[in-house]
Amino acid sequence: MQAFSNERGLPIVEAMIRTIQDNKTHLSEIDGMIGDGDHGTNMNKGFTLCEERLQAMDASFLEGLQVLGDILFSEIGGSMGPIYGTIFMEMAGAVKTPSRIDEHAFLAMLEAGIAGLDEIIEAKVGDKTLMDVLLPARDAFSGAVRDGKDFRQALDDMVQACVAGRDATVGMVARFGRSSRLGERSRGVLDAGAASCCLLLQAMAKGINELLEDV
Amino acid sequence: MQRIINRPDYVVEDMLKGFLKAHSDLVVATSNSRVVRAVGDTEGRVGVVTGGGSGHKPAFIGYLGRGMVDAVAVGEVFSSPTAGAFLDAFREANGGKGVACLYGNYSGDNMNVKLAMKMAKREGIEIRTVVANDDVASAPKGQSEKRRGVAGEILMWKVGGAKAASGATLDEVIAVAQKAIDQTKSIGIGLSPCTLPAVGHPNFEIQEGTMEVGIGHHGEPGIAVHTLESANVMAEKMLDVILPDQPFSEGDEVAVLVSGLGATPVMELYILFGEVEEKLKEKGIRISRSYVGNYFTSLEMMGVTLTLMKLDDELKACLDAEADTVGLKSFPGKHSV
Repeated sequence: MQAFSNERGLPIVEAMIRTIQDNKTHLSEIDGMIGDGDHGTNMNKGFTLCEERLQAMDASFLEGLQVLGDILFSEIGGSMGPIYGTIFMEMAGAVKTPSRIDEHAFLAMLEAGIAGLDEIIEAKVGDKTLMDVLLPARDAFSGAVRDGKDFRQALDDMVQACVAGRDATVGMVARFGRSSRLGERSRGVLDAGAASCCLLLQAMAKGINELLEDV
Repeated sequence: MQRIINRPDYVVEDMLKGFLKAHSDLVVATSNSRVVRAVGDTEGRVGVVTGGGSGHKPAFIGYLGRGMVDAVAVGEVFSSPTAGAFLDAFREANGGKGVACLYGNYSGDNMNVKLAMKMAKREGIEIRTVVANDDVASAPKGQSEKRRGVAGEILMWKVGGAKAASGATLDEVIAVAQKAIDQTKSIGIGLSPCTLPAVGHPNFEIQEGTMEVGIGHHGEPGIAVHTLESANVMAEKMLDVILPDQPFSEGDEVAVLVSGLGATPVMELYILFGEVEEKLKEKGIRISRSYVGNYFTSLEMMGVTLTLMKLDDELKACLDAEADTVGLKSFPGKHSV
């Protein structure tokens, strides 16, 4: 069985922060095509604040996620603050005995993040939102675990589903959020939330991969 | 950009600094820099909270004060306040009898309010909401859950705030605020776009010589783009959409709110109001309360929103009750028409 140490897992959160910082302009450009063009800037603001706060503490992986969630909740408004704030806070609170995180614990975290989101948004797969990445990612990961694949393979399956889900938003008409008011005009471009969600899950998978140990 | 600003990324902070100084008789800062509250307390009565993105002055903080709103969560320009700001606004407005959160139907606001409510519940603060959806152009009739809130929110705050000030229960405040917004329909016309200071260029267009009927408060697309017409025709086009929606009919008594979107001369708002009054009179609909001015703006957008509220005795009493805010003042025993 494979797992990673929660205690030494902060590099995963740092990788997530870095991918948002590196893709700030890209995310704002995508958003600018059918939204108000501030997605990259907003996300970068929250994730960079988190980076600063984490530098002043010696946090574990789950504590890092909790800090990230808290900052998005209290500092970032709009739609992305509450969405990502909920995901990360719920994920951080989902593992009860967090010394080592295996694929079952990680699946529980994904499930908790999605359950938290269900309380605040109604978007489904096909609505051109980050749900088009998050739900297929969870399904791919849980399917892999059910089929007896190991953590590493399950993460690979998850990343493939993320990319496919993100790319599928190009062909969709937005049915949720501000871009939904554009109707047909929203077709033909990526959804910015799906793009950032894909980046974050990719960074998470890569970060976990580097820390996985056979136990 | 011909603007009076210091730093494009800090227009909200800089605006709040001036607002709090200018209106220190009515509003005070709180420990959260994105929450402003009315002077005075809500001890023993229902508190009223609202919140939304900045750029709509005098909404939202301009309606803080006696008889209207007790605390406001302030967002970035055209962007929902954080869940944390809504939560702190709930705490500020809580006087032990619960809090009515009366806000507009936008996805960001919906999420942040829901999250904040969840947190407030853990602290034992009872929160109930009414979500304004008066913009008839934002979704067809029958899909009112998709409609946005626009200038009609002001009348909802006035009515809900008056009820709360009278010592009513949370149930009563929520019921009358819900009735207020259910009886209220709005539509906008846009003549020119607006520019977010931090962006520097408009993110939508309205061609010279055209008008967009049904435009939203953030430039959301309307239902039709027409050649620019006279105030007379504009009034007709707006009423053609609003009147069947309620429906308003002969013998009704209404409140009318005509709000500029920021850059339209107030003179022109009166020209439009005159046309609206005449057309309503022809249909046997009597305006018994009227509000004309820049009540709910969208930065420097040119254009106007027209709001009609179908009145009954309870709504009239609430509109006439005392209120003392930057954006709206009301003296008992007097009303405008």
